[in-house]
Amino acid sequence: MSAEIEMASGEQRSGPALSAERLTKRFGERVAFQDVSFAIGYGEIFGFLGPNGAGKTTTVRTLGTLIAPTSGAATVAGLPLTTENGVRIRQRIAIMPEAPGLYLRLTVAENLECFAGLYALPDPHQRIERALQAVNLAGRANDLCGKLSKGLRQRVSLARALLNDAEVLFLDEPTSGLDPVAAHEVHELIVGLRERGVTIFLTTHRLEEAERLCDRVALLNTTLRAIGRPDELRRQLFPSALVVRTLTPLTEPSHVFDGLPAVKSWRQDASGAYVFTITDASIAAPALTRALVAADADVLSLAESRHSLEDVYLELIDEDVEAGAQ
Amino acid sequence: MSSSATRVRAIYTKEVREYRRNGSIIAGMAIIGVIFVIIPLIEFIALPASTSTALHNGDALAYMLGIPALVPAFVAAYAVVGERQQGTLEPALTTPIRKEELLLGKALAAFVPSLIVSYAVYVLVLACIKLLAQPAVASALIEGSDVLAQLVFTPLLVGWSVWVSIAVSTRSSDVRVAQQFGILGGFPPIFVTNFIAFGAIHPSLGLALILAAALLIFDAIGWWIVTAAFDRERLITGTR
Repeated sequence: MSAEIEMASGEQRSGPALSAERLTKRFGERVAFQDVSFAIGYGEIFGFLGPNGAGKTTTVRTLGTLIAPTSGAATVAGLPLTTENGVRIRQRIAIMPEAPGLYLRLTVAENLECFAGLYALPDPHQRIERALQAVNLAGRANDLCGKLSKGLRQRVSLARALLNDAEVLFLDEPTSGLDPVAAHEVHELIVGLRERGVTIFLTTHRLEEAERLCDRVALLNTTLRAIGRPDELRRQLFPSALVVRTLTPLTEPSHVFDGLPAVKSWRQDASGAYVFTITDASIAAPALTRALVAADADVLSLAESRHSLEDVYLELIDEDVEAGAQ
Repeated sequence: MSSSATRVRAIYTKEVREYRRNGSIIAGMAIIGVIFVIIPLIEFIALPASTSTALHNGDALAYMLGIPALVPAFVAAYAVVGERQQGTLEPALTTPIRKEELLLGKALAAFVPSLIVSYAVYVLVLACIKLLAQPAVASALIEGSDVLAQLVFTPLLVGWSVWVSIAVSTRSSDVRVAQQFGILGGFPPIFVTNFIAFGAIHPSLGLALILAAALLIFDAIGWWIVTAAFDRERLITGTR
């Protein structure tokens, strides 16, 4: 899947592509999200994660000028988020909602023609062709959308979001319903868009997708719980650890492991592996290797313990659940 | 073409394409129109020539003006709430389209087929009367002033019905409810035309001008009223 959409505006861009400062949205007494602050640069893929009902979609709708914030401020594609700027902002952004929302009685090309008209694009047919090529649907232009599978509809929806060469692209679950090959193609497309300076605001429940694609992620659970690069979040939440597996248990492990440099503590887990909490892997790992060799241990593996983004996510959400229970 | 005109045309074209793909939408409008006139038409055809003198004193065909007041509700009431239920409203609203442009495109797409159906049913009725009714009855029913009134009032009444139905559609959360209330919205002009048809109100040039002016003003401000009633946030989130 090729990302052949070029930036429409050649204007100089400075400042963040997207920023929020204590942005809050309430529906009466119900808080959708509150005090959300972040700044996202041009060409950044920003993952926006959170459980159902956390306020992710409402945040996207607010930044997309579909609904007005209750308080706080934001800039979108370099423009202050105000009612007066609504049309100008929507000219510079595109939103791919979770549900494709296609006109099912119209063909793929007719759906895109309608949206090319809504954006008042100067060369609609050329753009439609490029967008369809980008999502590998050039051969399905005359198919009725109502007869397409869920995955193909999702790709039409993505093509629709590519029509106006947006500076900021909001993608809500872009690979939902796609098979692994199609999902991989969408990932390539997203990376291609980033390389040309498009900012991607990616809302997803697929944490491995966020981990693979996103430069930074934010975890929202009504309030922003964490923000940063996936590696940073892992380091913040989980101490570095080494895991050693041996063929047979050591007879006196404390003699081998106690006092090793950069090792804060160690324990044996239920599987019999030795888990070391460390401060610096570059010091601890060689020292541990030497100690194991000296002890004549039958070492099966020595590896750095990796926590996934899912671990980070679950840790933070669990904290919220526990706080809520108290 | 300006950006605004391009966006209005995009909505209009989309709607017309949907009508073409689903022919029963327009066919349904035409059938409603025909059902509305079938019984009076049979009565006109069955009238003896001796009644023509009495017919000269009335405006029996004013009844026909009920069609443009009724027919548009079937498509216009769907305009906003239908798209909302289908999940197609939100993607459209993420584009630079203004609510005025969206509503004008929707209104035009309801207006044009309603006008065509209304005129077509009128022409059909005139043709049936001319061909099947007693010549004296036909010449009593079809008078130049009546035809002119139909030509002038039909688009004005279609406009009334379109804006009332779209207004209902922007505030309703169910297509069926919107259609029911949209049809009810066409009743005030139907009452007036029926009073004229059955002689309770005696038409005059002055009355015609007053009614035409009132409808023209309503059609003009209808767009503004409906735009004010269109709450983007409520339509998307279902709150407020």
